[in-house]
Amino acid sequence: MNNISIKLSTEKLSLKECYDFVDNPTCGGIDIFVGTVRNHTKGKSVKKLDFSAYGPMAVKEMQLIAEKVLEKFDVLKIAIHHAEGMLQIGDIPVIIAVSAAHRVAAFEACQFAIDTLKETVPIWKKEHFEDGEVWVNAHP
Amino acid sequence: MQIELLLFGIVADLIGENSLKLNLNTTTSVRDFKSYLTSKYPQLKNYTTYAVAINETYANDDAMIVEHDVIALIPPVSGG
Repeated sequence: MNNISIKLSTEKLSLKECYDFVDNPTCGGIDIFVGTVRNHTKGKSVKKLDFSAYGPMAVKEMQLIAEKVLEKFDVLKIAIHHAEGMLQIGDIPVIIAVSAAHRVAAFEACQFAIDTLKETVPIWKKEHFEDGEVWVNAHP
Repeated sequence: MQIELLLFGIVADLIGENSLKLNLNTTTSVRDFKSYLTSKYPQLKNYTTYAVAINETYANDDAMIVEHDVIALIPPVSGG
């Protein structure tokens, strides 16, 4: 049985697809994290975000996170979907859905997955402002 | 020996390319490869906060680069 759905896509991400993948008669709860494109950063107005990825490695790293989640938490299924390309305000760059028999594991697993994704998955976003553009987090 | 070098994010901007073919004299550690890159591309001198992947897997400084490897320079990621 396949408990992991990984996707890196230039198409619009689907909440329903993630929900339907993790939904299962044995689960008692589904936790979904949805990242959205915010219209400001550090007081500046953001016009759009451009996501680029090292595709094959990004998919591998997302798979590793999903495998670790299934090993570490008492959860049933996980979907990690990430978008690439130009996204507008309100668009969805990332969805993480986790199903579990009980809610605590689902919340914890979901938080672990998004936190780890932000540290390890080779995807970069460039913020576009009125007056220029900048790679996010390039100078930590 | 020939290797392929992939560049992303700010590192691609600094070097001005997304990918390069490089000829190295010999098998080399990631640590020595980074020094070589800094001498070849002085614009990297002030930018050392990137990770290195060998064939799509993160590699530490002691890992060895061999012929036909695909090396990627990975500046701090910002997905999600």
